[in-house]
Amino acid sequence: MELDFQTSVDYFWALLPEIVLSLWAMGVLLADVFQKGSRSEASRPAIAWLALAGIAAAAVANVWLMTVTGTGGMIAVDGFRIFANFILLLAAALAILVSMGYLDRHAMNRGEFYVLLMFAVVGMMILASAQDLILLFVGLELMSVAIYVLVGFNRRDPRSGEAALKYFLLGAFASAFLLYGIALVFGATGTTDLALLAETIGTGVQDAPLLLMMGVGLLAVGFAFKVAAMPFHVWTPDAYDGAPTPITALMATGVKAAAFAALLRVFAVSFGGLHETWVVAFWWLAALTMIGANLVALTQGSVKRMLAYSSIAHAGYVLVAVVAANAVGAAAFLFYLLVYTLMTAGAFGIVIANARGDRERVSLEDYAGLGWQQPVMAAAFAIFLLSLAGFPLTGGFIGKLYILRAALAADQVPLAVILVMASLISYFYYLRVVIVMYMRPAPAADTHAGLTASRPLQVAVGVAAIGVILLFFAPAMVLDAAQGSVAGLFIAQEALFGLSRGP
Amino acid sequence: MGDGIVNGAAAGFSPFLLGWIVLLPLIGFLVNGAVAIAARRYKPVPLAAASEEEDVAHRHEEHPATPEPIPATPPAWTKSLPTFVAPGVIALAFAIALVNFFRMLGAGDALPVIERYWSWMPVGDLQVDVAFQLDQLSMLMTLIITGVGALIHVFSVGYMKKDEGYARYFAYLNLFVFFMLILVLGSSFPLMFVGWEGVGLCSYLLIGFWFREKANADAGKKAFIVNRIGDFGFLIAMFLIFAHLGTLNFVEVFAAAPEQLAFGGAVVTAICLFLFLGATGKSAQIPLFVWLPDAMAGPTPVSALIHAATMVTAGVYLIVRSSVLFAMAPSASLVVGLIGALTAIFAATIALKQWDIKKVLAYSTVSQLGFMFAAVGIGAYVAGVFHLMTHAFFKALLFLGAGAVIHAMHSALHATHSPRDAQDMRNMGGMRRWMPWTFGTMGVATLAIAGIPPFSGFFSKDEILGYAWSGARGELPISQGSLFGVGGEVWMLLIGVLLAAAALLTAFYMGRMMLYTFFGPNRTGEAESPHLHEVGASMKWPLVVLGVLSLIGGLFQVEADVPIVNWFAAVAIGGPDALYNFLAPVTAPAAAVMAQNIPAATVATHPAWPVLLAIVIGAGGLLLAWYLLKPAALGVEGEEPDYRRAWERILHDKWYVDEAYDRGVVRPVVALSGFFARVLDRRLIDGTVDWMGRAAQSVGMVGARVQSGHVNTYAFVLVVGAVLALFWFSGGFAWLAAS
Repeated sequence: MELDFQTSVDYFWALLPEIVLSLWAMGVLLADVFQKGSRSEASRPAIAWLALAGIAAAAVANVWLMTVTGTGGMIAVDGFRIFANFILLLAAALAILVSMGYLDRHAMNRGEFYVLLMFAVVGMMILASAQDLILLFVGLELMSVAIYVLVGFNRRDPRSGEAALKYFLLGAFASAFLLYGIALVFGATGTTDLALLAETIGTGVQDAPLLLMMGVGLLAVGFAFKVAAMPFHVWTPDAYDGAPTPITALMATGVKAAAFAALLRVFAVSFGGLHETWVVAFWWLAALTMIGANLVALTQGSVKRMLAYSSIAHAGYVLVAVVAANAVGAAAFLFYLLVYTLMTAGAFGIVIANARGDRERVSLEDYAGLGWQQPVMAAAFAIFLLSLAGFPLTGGFIGKLYILRAALAADQVPLAVILVMASLISYFYYLRVVIVMYMRPAPAADTHAGLTASRPLQVAVGVAAIGVILLFFAPAMVLDAAQGSVAGLFIAQEALFGLSRGP
Repeated sequence: MGDGIVNGAAAGFSPFLLGWIVLLPLIGFLVNGAVAIAARRYKPVPLAAASEEEDVAHRHEEHPATPEPIPATPPAWTKSLPTFVAPGVIALAFAIALVNFFRMLGAGDALPVIERYWSWMPVGDLQVDVAFQLDQLSMLMTLIITGVGALIHVFSVGYMKKDEGYARYFAYLNLFVFFMLILVLGSSFPLMFVGWEGVGLCSYLLIGFWFREKANADAGKKAFIVNRIGDFGFLIAMFLIFAHLGTLNFVEVFAAAPEQLAFGGAVVTAICLFLFLGATGKSAQIPLFVWLPDAMAGPTPVSALIHAATMVTAGVYLIVRSSVLFAMAPSASLVVGLIGALTAIFAATIALKQWDIKKVLAYSTVSQLGFMFAAVGIGAYVAGVFHLMTHAFFKALLFLGAGAVIHAMHSALHATHSPRDAQDMRNMGGMRRWMPWTFGTMGVATLAIAGIPPFSGFFSKDEILGYAWSGARGELPISQGSLFGVGGEVWMLLIGVLLAAAALLTAFYMGRMMLYTFFGPNRTGEAESPHLHEVGASMKWPLVVLGVLSLIGGLFQVEADVPIVNWFAAVAIGGPDALYNFLAPVTAPAAAVMAQNIPAATVATHPAWPVLLAIVIGAGGLLLAWYLLKPAALGVEGEEPDYRRAWERILHDKWYVDEAYDRGVVRPVVALSGFFARVLDRRLIDGTVDWMGRAAQSVGMVGARVQSGHVNTYAFVLVVGAVLALFWFSGGFAWLAAS
């Protein structure tokens, strides 16, 4: 189907996955209310499965979207969006699966949880596909508001509420930066349309260069906050630590991936002409994030908090692909986001599983001897940790390899070296967990007996583990898809900025 | 997996379910592995269990006095499922391979066929696909691996029947076949390397299968470590190939090499020598052979499959596969031939004085591998592959036969709880009375390996010797090469003499082994000997099939123009020179390279005397053993004093190679490591690293300190970051720098 966005019907088609998911979410909400009436009780398991079906329906709509082409609207219809949507829907599906047992254990199984999660995903998808800064902001806020609530969803736990409040205050702060940046950019160029922005900036004639640069700078700050790049990461450890763990997993995967997708679209495409300037800023962000986050992660005694810092560090690796700013980098970027989503969601899944009742066992000592008493769980965790560290036989290795290659193709040698050194530091805290699991004896023979891994969680962890391994043995299929999907993004820009410096 | 892109369809040959040949053993591994894990829960594994007998199937009854509670018996399906799945998948793979073989025969020789499945590692110029290459060479190897493999799987059903690790054993064995098939079918060096490492892993797991005995685990480790040295060579060779040719796919490498590399140049010679280093590790040649005799710690069928018939021949396969490269480097080829011949004689001398029946066969394997390397080194690639094939038949048979003997010996010794060694030939003797089938089939294999016509080994060994003499007369292209300034024909004469001597020793030690095992009075003991028995059907029939193959295997390649040998042309299978013609498409490029670069090698002549010599050597060795050794006068283990004469002791103690390695390599390395550990590592490096670690942690602490939990601190950090960012974007830094 060919869309030209002359009529509003075209928007209906272009937004089909988002519309399907929104309507479905409302349906889930109604179903939950009708089923419970005015009683205050836990929701039925069917609600969660219904939500999962909604994700699947959106994925089907997304598959259909592959047959559609369109230009000129506020929403992009291109391969990049479709690929990003799949990553986001995958992250959502994994989050729902790991939530199922968790919510019951923490006595907070309310249908709204899944509904909010679905709305957050709608926001992410709009964020990743907006072709206009205003729509982008709408998507960002839709996502953020839903996530604020989800972070504080465990009302009985003061830490959950505290995390939500902190995240909300600082998030509002960052939204203001972003919105102000949009205003300044509009003031300088007279448009908020990403394609028009690219043309306007590409001509090199600006009435108010300072205004534009300030706007770009504020946008960079806003995005850096959302992807949690240092030093704009300060909210992350507290929010990740306090949030219900499935939401931590969603924040570390979906939220981050959506913000990254928007960042790449805005900076590499619209601000491609200002490439020289923003690359330097992101260079420092990437370097600082990789080094800083890995160093702080060394000192963490809690595995959940360690994974929070690990996710910050990985934002640094992905930023390297952004800095490379070529087609190779963009493909590496998408590939890495996919691997990252799988391995991070899987790792948080294990953190959820290693709990008894509503007590999460997140300290390093709680993992001692896990390898002998829960061999499958420990093996899966080891796979995720080794992949996060970037060891061969896992997708994380291939992901890092491609990012390194993109960095070298763009002559970013120092950044590549920093990436390798930072990974080296990260080995310490990733492998420490593996060592504790296998080499330190458990305090008692039944320390890890009867851990509560629900069947859906097992499925999620299994899928993630198999995915991580498969991406090592057959990365080319995904990489080809990623390369194909970023091609559209760069062809138009290549003539203007010569961005595709890669081979 | 079966829907790959078939690039060779135009050749008139389309592979039939090629992917399934490889996939089936993998499925077997997964099923048996799952059974092994499931079976484990019925038997809590006591890690500190007492030591077990080395090579025995039923070790549990061994220690009836063990105080541990008798655990629940696993249900019957944990044994019956592997019994059918493990040999079944291999047999099915063999059937598919056979279909492919007959299709290939009907299609002429416009090959190879590449079946591409997916792209594995596209990194810039390096494109590595998961793709299989089916040509005559990989076809033949696949047939040997799955065919002999299936027989050995069937044999294992009987041999391992009472072992508690039954499912685990078959899981490893299936996995081994899977990796071995990847090794021979992979269409590029990296994929071959995957198989290469994979079979190494399985070998390690199976050598140390009874890992509770420390010696077995150590033997596994030794094999693994020694092989790392060879793998290093393989890797360097791959790097060199990629650096100079820009590709690692077989077809492309062998097409580009003659055009882009100088004939006999340093590059191609270095590539070949590093490849050969890899081959010496995997195929147990001088100087890396020391792991193979120790590898006999594994179950005996493993020795038959991995350490005789298939894995150890991977080095020979590698060289034949890379024959274009070796043809371009005559000096490197001569090195291969010379090392092969030296290994052949060296290992044969050690085999003369071993008492352990498996050790005799182990050194015999090293020696026979030497024959194969000598063959491919002098450019007789088909002869090398031919000997590989016949050796797979008769050596697998010898190992399985030895396994049958050990099995019988063990149950006899076990009946009286005798502590004596079930593998020591001094405890055997006269076994032919109890084990006629085993004796008969092993007798056939002995005649084959000794080179007595018309048994298979006669044809293959004679062909190798014939080529060596031919080369010594300057009739082979590689005769024109030189090494250390000495002409190729001189080296070939040396190779021929060494091989002839090794052949004589082979016949002698094999005769000795048969005499001490099957003839003379029985020395097992009064109480024990009634318990000796012939093996059951699942172990007997593989022996018989391999016996038939050992008998007729030579008829696949009957040289039509060699006197005496060509008397058998009438009964040759597939006509005279069948194997030579079959493999011609694989070896033709190498022959073309040599023809192009070496001026007019003379036409080979075929006198009758080398064939007569070979027969005399084989028969003479056996007869010498018969007349010199007196099994009737032999005492049992312990009573019989070990060899007293100096040369006998040297041979019995294996030329002290292990000790030399220990003194020359292991101990200096350990001492040096100790020094490094104490001084350099602990003080300097650890000190520095600790300091850096502490420094990193303190920096991290500072970072963590920022994480105070106070929102106003966070907001402050955000603002500072934002101000810095805006300063940069507004050109503030540039302005500062300018002013």
